[in-house]
Amino acid sequence: MHKVIIIGSGPAGLTAAIYAARANLKPLVFEGVQPGGQLTITTDVENYPGFPKGILGPELMDKFRKQAQEFGAETLFENVDKVDFSSKPFKLHVGDKEYEAESVIISTGASAKLLGLESESKLMGFGVSACATCDGFFFKEKDILVVGGGDSAMEEATYLTKFASSVTIVHRRDEFRASKIMQDRALNNPKISVMWNSEIVEMYGDPKDKGLESVDIRNLQSGEIVRHNTDGVFMAIGHKPNSDLFKNQLSLNESGYIITEADSTVTSKKGIFAAGDIQDFTYKQAITAAGSGCMAAIEAERFLEGH
Amino acid sequence: MSEFTIDVNEENFDSVVMKSDKPVLVDFWAEWCGPCKMLTPTIEALAEEYKDTSSIVKINVDDSPAIATKYGIRSIPSILLFNKGDVVEQRVGAVSKDELAGMLDKIIKG
Repeated sequence: MHKVIIIGSGPAGLTAAIYAARANLKPLVFEGVQPGGQLTITTDVENYPGFPKGILGPELMDKFRKQAQEFGAETLFENVDKVDFSSKPFKLHVGDKEYEAESVIISTGASAKLLGLESESKLMGFGVSACATCDGFFFKEKDILVVGGGDSAMEEATYLTKFASSVTIVHRRDEFRASKIMQDRALNNPKISVMWNSEIVEMYGDPKDKGLESVDIRNLQSGEIVRHNTDGVFMAIGHKPNSDLFKNQLSLNESGYIITEADSTVTSKKGIFAAGDIQDFTYKQAITAAGSGCMAAIEAERFLEGH
Repeated sequence: MSEFTIDVNEENFDSVVMKSDKPVLVDFWAEWCGPCKMLTPTIEALAEEYKDTSSIVKINVDDSPAIATKYGIRSIPSILLFNKGDVVEQRVGAVSKDELAGMLDKIIKG
């Protein structure tokens, strides 16, 4: 039986682990399918305090993990498949192993949103990508599309011009919601062009052969659908919380975020806490995730003391 | 460097992968790929466990771009499982040790 089990290993989960370990709660961390979380697929993190020259995302998360381990947190490269919070102790399933916990901190974060096309999931990793820094390398001298209109779309498009011969941003509206500085950086890049009022409605290609070859793009004003040849599509249309595991166990809001009490990480179930992007639909920063991870560990400690 | 994984490049690909009489699990990775680094402990644990029955190899796509191109790699980490020179399984992105072990067992145990 564990006092605290932490699900997820981004800034929220690992900060919770540091605090819980220092409180002698011997936390067990399940790192999940993306150990280190979303920062591991970014390059430079320039807004995390303490690193005036910036730091690489994966390196920052390595430091978080080492710091947690330093104080006795146990971290496992395993993914939790199923949870049962209906009775105590809480139960977590990893493959055919069962773990029991007096309290659980959920910090499973968010992952990139996709369009939801069947052809898109079939071609994921074969021309369709949600990670420019991981996959850009494979698109040297290629013509590619970036879908989205926010800061991350601008950042990905700009980054991909290092490899691709042309980058076309496909955006549903006639203006970007990205910040001025990011828009300017993208729009002033000679390799980048924009298709306004447009959306991808179908993708074509064989994952066992050449991968993605073309897409259908609909103009939302005229309704006209045109086939475009392309070597790659990079998705940058935002993120969705990774909360499927907790449906029917905890209260979620209509977008799938775990609902926590105001100024706290307390969920609808006593003894279960949620921190980071899984419950934060406003700020979604590494530093705010780390902050709420700290709150969750302190709240879990108080909960355990009250027992 | 792990003592159980083998580094493969364009020179030894043929002898280590194509001509192997054991199943060969190939991990395509790069220095700049965060998710690849996160997969490393999984691959190394697997390599130790299967050291007698399989070869677990790593190919750096920066050093061996021709192999990556030949097998249509467009995202890393990518795992390819070779048996007698043929690709029999492929996985892109994060993958669990159990899943990879299952792929190897299917060949080893028939």
